[in-house]
Amino acid sequence: MNAIHAGTSSQSAQDARSAARLSDNLARRHLVERAAFGVVWAAGMVAVLALAVVVGYVLLQGASQVNWEFLTTPPRGGIEAEGGMSTTFMGTLYLVLLCIVLAAPLGVGAAIYLIEYAEQAQAGGRWLSRLVGVARFGVETLAGVPSIIFGLFGYALFVTLLELGFSLLSAGLAGACLILPVIIRTTEEALLAVPLSYREGSLALGATQWQTVSGVVVPAALPGIVTGIVLSIGRVVSETAVFFVTFGGSANMPKSLLSPGRTMALHVYYLAMETRAFAKAMGTGAVLVVATIIINASVSFLSRRVMGRLRGVG
Amino acid sequence: MPRRYVIDRVVKYVLLLNALISILIVMLIFFFTWREAGDAIGQVGIDTMLLGTIWRPQLEQYGIVPMIMGSVLSTFGAVVLGVPVALLGAIFLAEVAPNAVRELVRPAVELLAGIPSVIYGLFGIVVLVPLVRRIPVPRNNGFSLLAASIVLAVMILPTITNIAEDAIRAVPREYKEGSLALGTTRWQTIVGVIIPAARSGIVAAIILGIGRALGETMAMIMVIGNAIMVPEPLTSNPLTLFLHPARTLTGNIAVEIAYATGVHESALFATGVVLFIFIMVVNSAAHVLVRGRPR
Repeated sequence: MNAIHAGTSSQSAQDARSAARLSDNLARRHLVERAAFGVVWAAGMVAVLALAVVVGYVLLQGASQVNWEFLTTPPRGGIEAEGGMSTTFMGTLYLVLLCIVLAAPLGVGAAIYLIEYAEQAQAGGRWLSRLVGVARFGVETLAGVPSIIFGLFGYALFVTLLELGFSLLSAGLAGACLILPVIIRTTEEALLAVPLSYREGSLALGATQWQTVSGVVVPAALPGIVTGIVLSIGRVVSETAVFFVTFGGSANMPKSLLSPGRTMALHVYYLAMETRAFAKAMGTGAVLVVATIIINASVSFLSRRVMGRLRGVG
Repeated sequence: MPRRYVIDRVVKYVLLLNALISILIVMLIFFFTWREAGDAIGQVGIDTMLLGTIWRPQLEQYGIVPMIMGSVLSTFGAVVLGVPVALLGAIFLAEVAPNAVRELVRPAVELLAGIPSVIYGLFGIVVLVPLVRRIPVPRNNGFSLLAASIVLAVMILPTITNIAEDAIRAVPREYKEGSLALGTTRWQTIVGVIIPAARSGIVAAIILGIGRALGETMAMIMVIGNAIMVPEPLTSNPLTLFLHPARTLTGNIAVEIAYATGVHESALFATGVVLFIFIMVVNSAAHVLVRGRPR
C-alpha cells in the first residue's frame, strides 16, 4: 500500500486534485455558512428594528404632547379630546393595586401549596393526589385563556349577575383572574430555586413545615416572587380587552370601587377609535410605553439580582 | 397538641384551597360562557351559527363564518410573515450572536413582548394602514387582513423567539460537539443536528404563537376594518384577498358586547365559546408536544 501511495507521479497529481476538490467543497460550505449567517443576523436585527420603529415612532410623536399639564389635568373630551390624561393614570394605578391585592395572596398561596406541600399530598392518598393534579391542570388552562374570554366572563358574572356594573371592582376582579396564573407560575419558579438544604436545616431545628415555609423558604424566594408581581403589574397596565368590557370607559376620576373608569391603554384606544384624536392618543401612548419600559427594566433588574443571589449562596 | 402544630395543619388546608382557585375560575368561565351561549345555540341552532356566512343581528342572522375566516386568515398571514423571522431570530440568539450583541437583542425581544397591544394597534392605524392603502388596487382602503397580519406577526415574534431559543438551548452540547468534530460547518450543525433535535420545542413555540394571534383583540379591531363579510380577493389576483377588510372572533365580541341584548348578546358568548375551543385545541397541542419532548 505504502509503495503505491508514494508511487507514480500521476498518483500524486490525483491527490492534489482531490485535495483541491476537498477545499472547493470546504470553501463552498463556508460560503453557504456565511450567506446563511447573514440571513440569521438580519432576522435578529429585524426584531430590534421593529422595536425601535414602533417605540421610537410613538415616543417621538407623543413627546410633543407630553408636558406637566397633560399629565396632571383630566381629559375634557370633545372632538379634539382636549385636556390631559390624569384620571386615566389614576384609573390604571387603582386598578393595578386592586388586581394585585386580590390576586397576589391567592397566587402566592397556591404556588406554595403546589411546590411545598403537593409532594406529600401525592403520597397521602389517591383522592388528594388527584386534587393536586386538578389544581395543576387549572393553572395551565387558566394561563391559556385568551383575554377577551376573561372579559366576557367578567361581564357575565361581575358586571351583570352580581350587579357590580361597569366598575373598578368588576375590572379588578376580572383582571385578578387574568394575572393569577402569571403570579402562580413565577412564584413556583422562585420557590423551586430555593435550595433543599434551607428547608432541611430549618426542619432539623424542629420547626414545623409552615414555620419553615414562612420563615425560611418564602423570604429566600421573595425577590423572585416580587418579580412575578411586577410582571403582572405590566400585564394589567398593557391589557385592554378585559377592561374594555368590564371597566366602563368613563373618563372621570373613579371615586369608589363601584365607579367606572378607564386605564391609560383604554384611553389610547378610545382616543384613536372614537374621536380619532391621534395626537393625544400618541401622547398617552408615549406615557404608556415609558411605563412599560420601566416595568420591564425592573423585572430584568430583579431577576438578575435573584440569579446573582442564588449563585452567591448556592 | 402545641399550638404551632395546629396552625401548621390549618395552613396546609387553607393553601390547598388557594391552589384550587384556578380550577374554580376555569370552571366558572366554562359555566358562564356556555350558559350565556345557550340561548343563541338553542334558538339559532349550532349548525346555522357555525355554517352561516351572514351576521346581521338586526335580522336575527348569526352566522360566524366571516369571523372564523377573519381570525384564521389574519393568523395565517402572521405565521407566514412572522414565523421565519422569529425562528431565525431564535437561532441567532442561541447559536450565532456574539455575547455583546445578544445582550442587546434579548432585552429588545423581551420589551417587544411587553409593549401593550393598543400601542401596536395605534402604530398600525397611523403608519401601517396608510402604507397598505398605497398599494394600487381598487377598493383597497388600507384597513385589511394584511395590516392585521403584519401587526400580529410583530406581536407573536417575541413569543416564538423566546420559546424556540429555549428549545435550541436545551439541545445537549454533545450533539453539537459530535457534529462539529465530524468536520461540519457551524451552519451544517445547526441545520442538520440542532434544529432536528429541538424540533418539538420549535413546533410548540409556533403553536403558542398561533394561540397568541388567535386571542389578540384590540390591535385587531384597530387595523382590520371590522367588516362582517367573508373576505374575498379584490381583483382577479388571489393575493388581494389580504387587502380585504375582515373581522376576528375576538373583535366581534369586543365591538358588539356593550350594546348587545337578548339573543344577540348570547350569540356573542357563543362566538366566545368557538374562540375558546379553537385556542384550547391549539394550546393542548403545544402542551402535548412540550411534554413529549425526550429529555
